[in-house]
Amino acid sequence: MNHAEQKVEVEKTKFERIIETGKFKELMDQKKKFLVPCTVFFLLFYFALPIMTSYTKLLHQPAFGDINWAWIFAFAQFIMTWTLVTIYMKKSSKFDKLAADVTEEFVKQGESK
Amino acid sequence: MNTTVVILFLLIVASTLIITYFAAKRTRTANEFYTAGGGLTGWQNGLAIAGDYLSAASFLGIAGSIALTGFDGFFFSIGYLVAYLVVLFIVAEPLRNLGKYTLADMINARFDAKKVRGVAALSTITIVIFYMIAQLVGAGALIQLLFNIDYWLAVLIVGVMMTIYVLFGGMTATSWVQIIKAVLLMAATVVISFIVLSKFNFNIATMFTKMKTATPLGEDFLNPGVKYKNPLDTISLMTALVLGTAGLPHILMRFFTVKDAQTARSSVMWATWIVGIFYILTVFLGFGAAAFVGSEKIVEANEAGNMAAPLLAQVLGGDFLMSFVSAVAFATILAVVSGLVLSGASAFAHDIYGQIIKKGKITERQQVLAAKYASLGVAVLSILLALFAQNMNVAFLVSLAFCIAGSANLPVIVYTIFWKRFNTAGAISAMLSGLISALVLVSISPSVFSPTEGAAIFVGNPIFPLTNPAIISVPLGFLGGYLGTVLSGKTDFVHYAEVKFRANTGYRDK
Repeated sequence: MNHAEQKVEVEKTKFERIIETGKFKELMDQKKKFLVPCTVFFLLFYFALPIMTSYTKLLHQPAFGDINWAWIFAFAQFIMTWTLVTIYMKKSSKFDKLAADVTEEFVKQGESK
Repeated sequence: MNTTVVILFLLIVASTLIITYFAAKRTRTANEFYTAGGGLTGWQNGLAIAGDYLSAASFLGIAGSIALTGFDGFFFSIGYLVAYLVVLFIVAEPLRNLGKYTLADMINARFDAKKVRGVAALSTITIVIFYMIAQLVGAGALIQLLFNIDYWLAVLIVGVMMTIYVLFGGMTATSWVQIIKAVLLMAATVVISFIVLSKFNFNIATMFTKMKTATPLGEDFLNPGVKYKNPLDTISLMTALVLGTAGLPHILMRFFTVKDAQTARSSVMWATWIVGIFYILTVFLGFGAAAFVGSEKIVEANEAGNMAAPLLAQVLGGDFLMSFVSAVAFATILAVVSGLVLSGASAFAHDIYGQIIKKGKITERQQVLAAKYASLGVAVLSILLALFAQNMNVAFLVSLAFCIAGSANLPVIVYTIFWKRFNTAGAISAMLSGLISALVLVSISPSVFSPTEGAAIFVGNPIFPLTNPAIISVPLGFLGGYLGTVLSGKTDFVHYAEVKFRANTGYRDK
């Protein structure tokens, strides 16, 4: 029991040290820089639709022939989703590289002990 | 019931049983039972997610809603799709990196407390049961209509099939049933949409112009506001749809069937394309049904509009296409309920029995046995509840399940990953406040109480005005987590660094 507890103690500092390293912080920064604005954007874009259709009649105006803006905005939600997914797939390969570097460093640190 | 439909029906039953037979050989350990050994590829899991997610409520329900209420029916399609951005950006990868079989595993990576696990299992089980009753009651009514058999028999057929898949083939059989269903559903939807579009000379503008005069609603058919007149109710429903998906246990469980975060990510990408294309096509199903079947006939067959898509298939392609669509609807139901049984069983057998009662000291054989007993238990309980609920208006249970998932599960997931101060008390209060507020608010809402007899479960005036409480209960889930953390005053940083590191890198001990 004592032995196991000690091991946890050692591991804890190990994890705390790795999240303090520059590489890991860079990974978190890059993720945050992408994910926070994207999440805020898509939630605003999404809720704008029911808010506009509920409180205004702006989207009732025709856009192309008999297709009104409500439909255009609704289809735009699909385009927005696919676009963000595609961008994220590209971005995330960069995150993966950073994550692999950090993990490598972490494993090395463990071995040098 | 004609011969074509019987043949197609038997084909689906036979092929899924063959899959189950082969899957059973590969289902010996608990890991294989719950996660198919974690060996699915991105596109396989993407299709399976689509198969797990696109329920009869999506296929038949949305087509009917659009046919009867025009634009307002399409709100569901939008919410159900955009929800995948929440799954992709916030939940999928950390969940894969931290969890093993259940959501509770992931939360327990930070807080090794039985109470946390117990509450997480409770919320999973609540969601599964509500979703399941809605699916089975809907399935019973639908199969009764499609195949002209009694309700109890219909529920029993679906119930027995799902039990066989899960009991013998575990996650492997369930995944392949879901994959096949997704392919069949997409095929049926694409074919019908193509024929509908051809009737409008492949011109979308012409289609919209014709829809202006094709329904009793006239121009209003193309405008929002036919069905949803209370602004807050609309926004609340949209909140439940977009935030709920990321907390649905049977969807979360799918991320344990892949080997790493990269594959989890690519399976969401696949799912987003498949699910998105499907939801776009619901416009053609709905418009087609409104134009070529007519709202009178749709309502005559089923008041909620659930028969719109099969009736449209009949008008466009005769008995064969209608039989095909009916068979696809049957496969759709099977795939969804199997996924639900499996996630309910994991909460009972893995969380409650294996980890809480047995404290994790449980052999491989015992784990598999427990999982199978739990699957059987969940299946039998759901069948009984569905038989009992035959005459209740339970359609609202699907959006209630989304609401609970968004209120009880999403806040705790977000806090676990992102908030350092979050602690055990906060985790419990986040889940309980989300779960209880959603349940209480719904039980006094217009879905349960209506002054008109038969419109809801009880006759009376609703105390709470919104049919979907998400706009209140989701913030309450977040608030509960915050207050629980701050008021308890304890700090629980022990695993924070480890969880942060593992969640973002996928690092695992050998």
